[in-house]
Amino acid sequence: MVWETIFMFLKAFAVGGAICTIAQLLINYTKITSGKILVSFLLAGIVLQAIGVYQYIVDFAGAGATVPISGFGYLLAKGAMEGAKESLFMAITGGLTSAAMGVTAAIVFGYFFALICKSRSKKN
Amino acid sequence: MKTSENCINRNYLNYVKSVCPKTKEKRSLFRAFLVGGIICSIGQAIRLIFESLLGLAGDELAAYVSMVMIFLGAFLTGLGVYDRIGKFAGGGSIVPITGFANSVVSPAMEFKTEGYVYGVASKMFIIAGPIIVFGVASSVLVGILYFIGYRIF
Repeated sequence: MVWETIFMFLKAFAVGGAICTIAQLLINYTKITSGKILVSFLLAGIVLQAIGVYQYIVDFAGAGATVPISGFGYLLAKGAMEGAKESLFMAITGGLTSAAMGVTAAIVFGYFFALICKSRSKKN
Repeated sequence: MKTSENCINRNYLNYVKSVCPKTKEKRSLFRAFLVGGIICSIGQAIRLIFESLLGLAGDELAAYVSMVMIFLGAFLTGLGVYDRIGKFAGGGSIVPITGFANSVVSPAMEFKTEGYVYGVASKMFIIAGPIIVFGVASSVLVGILYFIGYRIF
């Protein structure tokens, strides 16, 4: 049980680290800005889930695959695919429904912390 | 004489190119791997805590983990810590969902002087906006394609 937990952490570390290393490779060898890297990793997550690959990565690595932004794409695609089994309405709304927590958290916490904190980036 | 000078110059520049940035690039890759791995391990720890204490599972568990990670990302950005992590880690701090939160809070704080509506509320989507637009649009596309697929086959 203990070894299983440690092994799970190692898998999350390795896969999460590997995904971030791919991003760093893109930063080093191409001139892609960080915003476009986020968008392309999100789209990669959606496409990989749509063809049925990302689910295996999530089952293998847990948070190592769901914490990177590609996991957000995975969640969107997964919701849409599950909704498609039910009805057209669920197929259209399913993606945003399953990603609702992430979007809501980003908006609420984002606005809240922007209100109470001052920008420090100019000081350095 | 001039050609040999050019040659030396080129050789020298090639030498600089081959020696100088490589070590830096390797280091940045290692740092991205390290920090990205650590952030995902923190996510795994939160997952474990929620799983054992609150008995959550599946999508609900994943949603709460991402909520806490976004909270941490927004909080550390507010404190000014996340930008320092970003300088060290590069891609390792951008790609995790904490980097998504950072991309929301950072411009929102920056444009606070322009007011709370057109400053904070609209500028917080400078980077997060495209992510939500492309994410939702392509999830609808996937949903409709799968819906058609399920009806035909």
